[in-house]
Amino acid sequence: MLSAEIEERSRRFVEICNACRYCEGYCAVFPAIELRRQFTSGDLSYLANLCHDCRGCYYSCQYAPPHEFALNLPKAFADVRLETYELCAWPRPLAALFRRNGLAASVLALLCVVLFVWLAKPSSPSAVQQSAGAFYAVIPEGVMIAITGATFLFAVLSLAIGAIRFWRDTNSPSAFDAPSFLAAFSDVFTLRNLGGGGDGCNNKDETFSQSRRYFHHALFYGFLFCFASTCTAAIYEHIFGWISPYPFFSVPVLLGTLGGIAMLIGIAGLVQIKLTADSAPASKLLLDVDYSFLVLLFVAGATGLLLLAMRSTAAMGALLAVHLGVIVSLFLMLPYCKFVHGIYRAAALLRYAAEHPRRAKNLAAATEGVPLDPLR
Amino acid sequence: MESCDVLVVGGGNAGLSAAITAREAGASVMLLEHAPRAFRGGNSRHTRNLRLMHQSPTATLTGSYSSSDYWRDLLSVTHGKTDEHLARMTIDSTAELLPWMHAHGARFQPALEGTLSLSRTNAFFLGGGKALMNAYYSAAKRLGISIAYDTEVRSLCLVNGVVREVSTAKNGASDSVRPKTVVVSSGGFQANIDWLREYWGDAARNFIVRGTPYAQGVVLKNLLDQGAAPVGDPTQCHAVAVDARAPKFDGGIVSRLDCIPFSIVVDRAGRRFYDEGEDIWPKRYAIWGRLVAQCPEQIAYAITDAKSEKLFMPSAFPPIRAESIGELAQKLGVDAAGLETTMRNFNQAVRPGKFDSGVLDDCRTEGIAPPKTHWARPIDVPPFIGYPLRPGITFTYLGLKVNQNARVLMQDERPSANLFAAGEIMAGNILGEGYIAGIGMAIGAVFGRIAGREAAKVALG
Repeated sequence: MLSAEIEERSRRFVEICNACRYCEGYCAVFPAIELRRQFTSGDLSYLANLCHDCRGCYYSCQYAPPHEFALNLPKAFADVRLETYELCAWPRPLAALFRRNGLAASVLALLCVVLFVWLAKPSSPSAVQQSAGAFYAVIPEGVMIAITGATFLFAVLSLAIGAIRFWRDTNSPSAFDAPSFLAAFSDVFTLRNLGGGGDGCNNKDETFSQSRRYFHHALFYGFLFCFASTCTAAIYEHIFGWISPYPFFSVPVLLGTLGGIAMLIGIAGLVQIKLTADSAPASKLLLDVDYSFLVLLFVAGATGLLLLAMRSTAAMGALLAVHLGVIVSLFLMLPYCKFVHGIYRAAALLRYAAEHPRRAKNLAAATEGVPLDPLR
Repeated sequence: MESCDVLVVGGGNAGLSAAITAREAGASVMLLEHAPRAFRGGNSRHTRNLRLMHQSPTATLTGSYSSSDYWRDLLSVTHGKTDEHLARMTIDSTAELLPWMHAHGARFQPALEGTLSLSRTNAFFLGGGKALMNAYYSAAKRLGISIAYDTEVRSLCLVNGVVREVSTAKNGASDSVRPKTVVVSSGGFQANIDWLREYWGDAARNFIVRGTPYAQGVVLKNLLDQGAAPVGDPTQCHAVAVDARAPKFDGGIVSRLDCIPFSIVVDRAGRRFYDEGEDIWPKRYAIWGRLVAQCPEQIAYAITDAKSEKLFMPSAFPPIRAESIGELAQKLGVDAAGLETTMRNFNQAVRPGKFDSGVLDDCRTEGIAPPKTHWARPIDVPPFIGYPLRPGITFTYLGLKVNQNARVLMQDERPSANLFAAGEIMAGNILGEGYIAGIGMAIGAVFGRIAGREAAKVALG
């Protein structure tokens, strides 16, 4: 259950939105509101996680503060999202990490780095660097796979339980068809609802900007590239028996390099936007969660690139230990950090697509190369 | 003392259309807005769409809406209280508005799906009127228009139909401007309760003003006092029934109630006083402001039951619910015995029929006065729901008479040399009575552009 104050506030706002409906064209949230008359706690969680925080509705709202209704949907929904993250977290006691997110991520990263530095063999790296198996000379293969594999599987399990809890707590439909799935998939990969009016987000004021979309794309696709890099390396190693490190012009290294650079650019851009954004429609509590995830990802990407750049030097052993430590801490933090927003957002978009089949189809058709408005 | 080519008084749709047009014509422009930045835009910030003539479908409009259809719709609501020449010119000019608005940042809802966006006659602003105002203010800033918020115009010094000087007040400090030309676009007087009391008596105290509290009519009164020709019935205003729990000012769209055709409406004593099912709602909703204003203490109550709740748009305020009529009366503050009697008589008077909320159906009452002639169904499925109603005033009809160049006319029909008007302050030239959705914004946009163009022409010689 959401806390009473946060639930009541967002319900009050959503009731006003449902009577107004001026924001209908901005994003999925408003058509989803219009389907309902009364809003349960689960409905509000669903709507809050459907919100991409573009803030278009806040700046166009005739009832925004200082109006006596003080309608501030992005902030109210951000507060609901944070509670959703806690309610869906597994195991439940670890939900407390969301309220001390920066501290939790820092301590965990530090512990994991210390662990890997301690595990690293004090061998002479100059003798083994670059040759096949150089990494395993620093950290034994079995140890590396056991720790990274176990933490990764833990993250997957915990995230899956979270997703099921979210689906159940929001009373989402039990079945959905292929077109809904495709529509949701396309929503996730295009961020169609991020400034769904077409002009992008409002970051600082009433003016629109696509920068947040582009930086988020850089981070998101960069992250996927890095993940693809790791998967390719695993296939090389365990199916073809090609032992790392790989040359620069190899699929895993190229994917990882490109992905790492894209991530760093995306994170720097997103942090810059957050630092200069109007704080009125933001939730302070969620901001801490945003920053800690971005910083952790930045450190993961930066140490990875540094390892690549310096793998033929004496620093390779130490850098490998640090990078692995950060990656393992990232895996452990995944279910208790901002990463979960992607899971719940995707689930909410899937539910939206299932509940609005015609709209999903129309939007898909409208954005297939045809500008929404030929007058533009 | 400051000076400029064109001074625009009032920063709503008409004022910004005028300011932008004048600036693009090369004039130096200053815009004075009474409201603080957060509440800028006058009543335009509460609007949703504008009515446009168009020959073929556009991205935001379906079908076509011809000049003659538009004229016929206008004629039917004004009952002839309109200047045909100005009205037809306005209608024809709306065909040019979309590209201009787009070029200055306006965004519209695509004609895809949804309750509001799909329309033949009206283009809906994406995000509503405040989003449109934001776009226009951004454009104005980009163009180098000087904008002053919190700045009220107290008076204009008019000598032989020429504005010499404009007196302003900002945070209590007086100042003045000597512009070459002036466009007044400062709205009507609907937020001036004392002025409304001249026509409505003390009942006006209980009016809810749906829009901006800054529409005090100071400029309008000042110009009329100096011999500007009036237009429109000063005693008339457009008022609808709104939720009595709405804020005194600026409640906007969310306080409207569409439940009346599916309810009975009673006064404090629990008595009905008018046929709630007289005609389809869009045609009749505007009479209910006046009807409620005539009730004791200017309050009435719409009462219906669970089976009708989903037939109308929700209000921002949840309905008051009760398991019995007596309990509902008590919660609403209506005389319980009176309401119970009314309800019993009404339910007995309902004749069988085939209910259809979309047409004038045959569900009606027999043997009670006043009758309910359509959508009459027994109110008998708990929970019973009620909404308190107050008169909600939207705008006043009194304005300044203008010619086709938006020039303010003096009482001797002579046009002013350098004074122009646009928007609600002159809408009475075209809309002398009644209302059709989106006509106010259309008049504001058309006359704003004309006023800006003509003012710049005069100022630049």
